[in-house]
Amino acid sequence: MDLSRRTFIKTTVVGGVGLSAFGFDLAPVYAQTQGLKIDRTTETRSTCPYCSVSCGVIIHTIGDRAKNVTPQVIHVEGDPDHPINRGTLCPKGASLEDDINNDRRLLKPQVRRPGAQDWEDISWDQAFNEIGAWVKKTREETFVEKDQNGYTVNRCEGIGWTGGCTDTNELNYLAVKTMRSLGVCYFETQARV
Amino acid sequence: MTNGWIDIKNTDMMLIMGGNPAENHPCGFKWPIEAKLRRNAKMIVVDPRFTRTAATADLFLQIRAGSDIAFLGGLINYAIQNNRIAKDYLINFTNAAFLVKEGFKLPDDGLFSGFDAANATYDLETWNYEQGGNVGPPPAAPAPSSGETTGDQLKTGQEPARRFERQSEPVRSSPSTPPDKGPSSAGGVMSSQTGGGHQAAGGPGAAAQGGPKPPPPLPPNTAYDLSLQHERTVFQLLKKQFSRYTPEMVERITGIPQDKFLKAADLFTSIRKDGDMKKAATIIYAVGWTQHTTGTQIIRAAAILQLLLGNVGRAGGGVNALRGHCNIQGATDMGGVFDIFPGYLKIPAPSDVDLATFLKRTTPTPSKPDVWDSYNYWSNTPKFMVSFMKSLYGDAAKKENDWAYHYLPKIDRKYSWTEMWDFMYQGKVKGLFAFGMNGVAIGPNSRKNIEALKKADWLVVCELYPEETAEFWRAPGTTSEQMKQINTTVYRLPGAGFAEKDGTFVNSARWLQWKHAAVPPPGQARLDQEILARIFLKVRDLYKAEGGKFPDPIVNLWWPYTTPENPSLSELAKEINGRALADLTDEQMFPGQTVKAGQQLPGFAWLRDDGTTACGNWLYSGSWTEAGSQAQRRNTDDPSGLGIYPNWAWSWPANRRVMYNRASCDPSGKPWDAERRQIWWNEAQQKWVGNDVPDFKTDSNPQDHMGPFIMNPEGVGRLFAPLAAFVDGPFPEHYEPSESPIANPLHPSQSISPVAKKYDADLDKFGTPEQGYDVVCTTYRLTEHYHYWTKNNPMNVQLVPEPFVEIPAQLADKIGLTGGERVKVSSARGEYVAKAMVTKRIKPMMIDGKETFQIGIPIHWGYRGIKEDQGKTARNPVNLLSPAAIDPNAFTPEFKGFLVKIEKA
Repeated sequence: MDLSRRTFIKTTVVGGVGLSAFGFDLAPVYAQTQGLKIDRTTETRSTCPYCSVSCGVIIHTIGDRAKNVTPQVIHVEGDPDHPINRGTLCPKGASLEDDINNDRRLLKPQVRRPGAQDWEDISWDQAFNEIGAWVKKTREETFVEKDQNGYTVNRCEGIGWTGGCTDTNELNYLAVKTMRSLGVCYFETQARV
Repeated sequence: MTNGWIDIKNTDMMLIMGGNPAENHPCGFKWPIEAKLRRNAKMIVVDPRFTRTAATADLFLQIRAGSDIAFLGGLINYAIQNNRIAKDYLINFTNAAFLVKEGFKLPDDGLFSGFDAANATYDLETWNYEQGGNVGPPPAAPAPSSGETTGDQLKTGQEPARRFERQSEPVRSSPSTPPDKGPSSAGGVMSSQTGGGHQAAGGPGAAAQGGPKPPPPLPPNTAYDLSLQHERTVFQLLKKQFSRYTPEMVERITGIPQDKFLKAADLFTSIRKDGDMKKAATIIYAVGWTQHTTGTQIIRAAAILQLLLGNVGRAGGGVNALRGHCNIQGATDMGGVFDIFPGYLKIPAPSDVDLATFLKRTTPTPSKPDVWDSYNYWSNTPKFMVSFMKSLYGDAAKKENDWAYHYLPKIDRKYSWTEMWDFMYQGKVKGLFAFGMNGVAIGPNSRKNIEALKKADWLVVCELYPEETAEFWRAPGTTSEQMKQINTTVYRLPGAGFAEKDGTFVNSARWLQWKHAAVPPPGQARLDQEILARIFLKVRDLYKAEGGKFPDPIVNLWWPYTTPENPSLSELAKEINGRALADLTDEQMFPGQTVKAGQQLPGFAWLRDDGTTACGNWLYSGSWTEAGSQAQRRNTDDPSGLGIYPNWAWSWPANRRVMYNRASCDPSGKPWDAERRQIWWNEAQQKWVGNDVPDFKTDSNPQDHMGPFIMNPEGVGRLFAPLAAFVDGPFPEHYEPSESPIANPLHPSQSISPVAKKYDADLDKFGTPEQGYDVVCTTYRLTEHYHYWTKNNPMNVQLVPEPFVEIPAQLADKIGLTGGERVKVSSARGEYVAKAMVTKRIKPMMIDGKETFQIGIPIHWGYRGIKEDQGKTARNPVNLLSPAAIDPNAFTPEFKGFLVKIEKA
């Protein structure tokens, strides 16, 4: 739409010193029709998930206030109020919209069975049941209550937790809480690698 | 960062090394540029490549990857030799005047004293201070010092501690102005057994298994010589240690020509010309420093340099780590590494048989000249720990059961990243959770990680995109016959992206910022906390129903969440902040105030060790108070103009923006620079006040000579780091990378660090120049990509579609390679094929008289991505090349500066 209108105006002003083929200046009309795509969006303040500068970003969504509609992100921009980035974003931050709306996103739980050459779908409930059973089995097999000196150690030696770089503090805390209570010792994140 | 992003605008001098912020932290890099534009600050960039950061520098030096300590050691030597040091800061705020024990030996031959070759560890006996108070020369007539005389040094008649203060307020740097012997020299009130120290007592694995030898304690009353003349003062030892780092030696090791090195050394130390303390310099680094077998000691060298120059604690100063991800600072704070709990609390060792034993080992007692004062903030460890236990186990943690201390795992070895993969490769780690962590692509030695996963029983991956780890079983080169032999069950669970989750990230500047969720997760994807909670609750149900080994910590875990199977992050954030479990009052510290039972705590000063407070992470206490989430604050006022923004978000600890800011003032409490006033002593109010939150005991009169480094039991900065603080030495020493083109010119017979760990599984191979691996390889990031993630983003892929290898033009000529042709890079561990980007950004170097080439490889590709799936790249992760050799302190692998050979593919 925009493009065709712009092309139309452009072609019609040729030689017309600012006047259109209609004989009057269309610029004010044109300006009025140019509503921003973010006019009716909901703004959500967020933080860029990439490097540690923590650029403030504003995520624009439409459809938030409607019923039975999934809100859609239509634009992501730097937060001009943020004291560090002052509205700027780098090439990664500037393409965050394509990270949120991305057709490569994983959309369903899947499992790869022993010996299999592909994924198969699995329900969430089934996945949780199986994973719960695995965790218990491995913990039972590898739990050490006392070490060779007779000290109580209560370690689960056979399970590792590796948390990601964009996990929030709150998720990390929940991971500490749950994993350490299982006795997990291999507890690592992106913090050192 | 000790300081922050915006604070960089306050600097006069920048050393940017081991980092490339113009490309990797582009929106933060505006602040170094701001300093250049507004303050005429100078920028020195040292990097193996001529980066875009280098392009904005006043001076750029190309360095060989892995030789950073030689360069920094050269700067330390230059600063001392040319008297470009902050003398008063040094004497009052660091351990320069402390005496080190007799028998401590510098590593002239590559080894510090106490090396145990059989176990590749050091005995720490001599890595300690001497006990004994003042050993300096007796008081003499005042002498000119720093252009002033210390006129009040002859005042007498004070009680002993005060007399010390009067004489030394400020303690001047002249050799002839020491106080007389303090009362301490006759033997302190504390037994030498009570001396301890944060990191001083051996941590898990610090001693051999089977009845670990108790580590020696720090002495309660250290010997000192304010004249700095005694040969065993830290200052004299430091001077001696780095006297070997001459400009000639710097050139041999780093490849930086002496004249260029001297230019940089003169420029950087010029801020302390003629003893002037007004200016401040900052040091900015990233993983170019950490990812070496000597990584921690590189940063130590930077810290020593900054203490020598009096730059720590000051606006525009500090030692500033630019972290590479949005929340790895937070992950570290939250105990996201094997050896700590949230808030840097230690994890217990088996010999810590009860909580009291554990706390005795990990709670430091002051160690300093006993006429000085030390806040020793870690003395509060018991309060932090008991509150943490209450947060984990609620009512199940009570005094009668030692606060459920026996629920915690006790460790005596290093359960670190590379160790985990090694044990999985041995078949001992059978199950792995990977919540947003792509261990195959991250490496090091990706082939070993792939083979390790084949031996595991199960793998649970929670991710946004298809990635390498979840599909290790069909890594390129795996035949369908081989796949049939791989028995690992892999669950790939779709998690939520950043825009779909709320919660806090912590940036490099220690700011906690709350983000709000904008959209729900797509498809069947779920919030990570729901996925984790449902797994845990399933395990708990099984233990409740069937019983099993030691189910107590699982069934008693405090789980008070409104929706148990999907805890809200705001509930968790409140739990992390902590709350009162009984009505609390503290007439001494908070007269007239009460925190009612159930209320959020105002800050960590309210924590108790009697079970009346619960707190998930003491360091974040104050982030969600009765006034609400402080991390959600968005006030854009900056009254001081220093870029502090005190009411934007919340900074740990206690909303302080610059750490150790007491050191921004001279010993008497006046800012070193009247134009950059952070905090100061207000004589009328008898307290520290200012634009930032004082990082200090607010009512400690400067006369009491309390050290500004309140987290050290000494109260002062550590030029010499005693005991187990660092396992490879109290001072940094240059060691070659685990794979190096030369033998260490300082001590060829001890070329690499004697305590750095190299793995020795059959897949852990190391190459030598003799085998043809003679090119130094470093890995790096591009502006347009982020780790192994944006290869799924069409916009980023459009910007930089495929991997490449950056090769010096001279090396390309040598093997007849032109830009755009395919090149094969091989290390002892694997091969990597990509297009050649022939460049003049990396020049050949002369390393110890030998022409040496370096190449660089960006890390961002693997075998699942837009271009990978189209078959348009070679589908190989770069970490097939990197070695599993690790820094013995931080356990970070050596991703930089390993050896390869290259040929046309």
